[in-house]
Amino acid sequence: MSAETPIADHAAAHSAEPAFRQHHFVNAEQQFSTSKLGMWLLLATEILMFGGLFVGYGLMQSLYPEAWVAGHHHLDRIMGAVNTVFLLVSSYTMVMAVHSASTNNKSKTLWNLFLTLGFAGGFLVVKYFEYAHKFHDGLLPGRLFSYQGGGPPQQAMFFGFYFAMTGLHGFHVLVGMGLIIWIMIRAKSGEFSSAYYTPVDLVGLYWHLVDLIWIYLFPLLYLVS
Amino acid sequence: MSEHAHSSSSSIYLIILGALLCLTAVTVGAAYVDFGPFNLIIAVLIATVKATLVAMFFMHLRHDPPINAIIFVSSLIFLGIFLLFPLIDIQSRDRVVPYGLRIQAQPAAQKQAPANGAAPAAPPAAAEHAPAH
Repeated sequence: MSAETPIADHAAAHSAEPAFRQHHFVNAEQQFSTSKLGMWLLLATEILMFGGLFVGYGLMQSLYPEAWVAGHHHLDRIMGAVNTVFLLVSSYTMVMAVHSASTNNKSKTLWNLFLTLGFAGGFLVVKYFEYAHKFHDGLLPGRLFSYQGGGPPQQAMFFGFYFAMTGLHGFHVLVGMGLIIWIMIRAKSGEFSSAYYTPVDLVGLYWHLVDLIWIYLFPLLYLVS
Repeated sequence: MSEHAHSSSSSIYLIILGALLCLTAVTVGAAYVDFGPFNLIIAVLIATVKATLVAMFFMHLRHDPPINAIIFVSSLIFLGIFLLFPLIDIQSRDRVVPYGLRIQAQPAAQKQAPANGAAPAAPPAAAEHAPAH
């Protein structure tokens, strides 16, 4: 990359300078990989943010395993599995959108982004039904826990983790949907081509991270036994 | 730009999706079988295989410059350290006041329990050492 770019190359890049290249980058390729590097740094901070919740979960699960088993019986495995499938398929449609954008296929890019948005919406609808059921039964975190069906009192803590982890994840899904809409608007106006599709690629990375976190949340919350 | 990554036929993504869906079915199926304490370990292992597939193929780490994978993996290593040390700490304590006893304010039960035990000076000290939540 930059190390192997002699002055001559630099000049050549200037003569055929693409409009999207910002002046502080040597060439479009360096601009692309720099953007990606920044995105991966953001994703690392996201992992560490969720990490705090995963560590808390691990500690409390090791102290109160019976409360965790009792708590997870109130979660619907089928709904959790359906949501897992929604997110995995949405990750596929997202990567296809990136692929289409990188091969100049505008209509397929838009169509795949639209499908991704649809699966994300489906995920949130299922989540809404799950949350509504828990609110109805009083399966709420900490002091708000008012479930009358018995079981270990530490279940209140299990639901604290359940709502904190799925809530933060759900918020990321919402942000992701906003980003996808933004990308769709830009794709529609023909901003992306095989030479420049960085925003699609980066939103794709963000969306896959949301999927990645759910891949761990699903077995940890719904399948502990 | 990872031209070669994207020019490689997109059918690989469909294969990866199929593998991810199969692994989801396996992990749900395994949850119905009782492996004792190994259930959680099996579930986390399968999740890690799925996460690796997503990161390598969907997130293009396979074709990216290695620095991106280094950032990703090092964040996971630090998460492991973050998990390991509190876990060693909390598992090596004498006793931790049960969560329910503190929030449900049952003074009679709380005072009787340590009285039966052998440690007379335990209650205030143990309460301070208990996890904050």
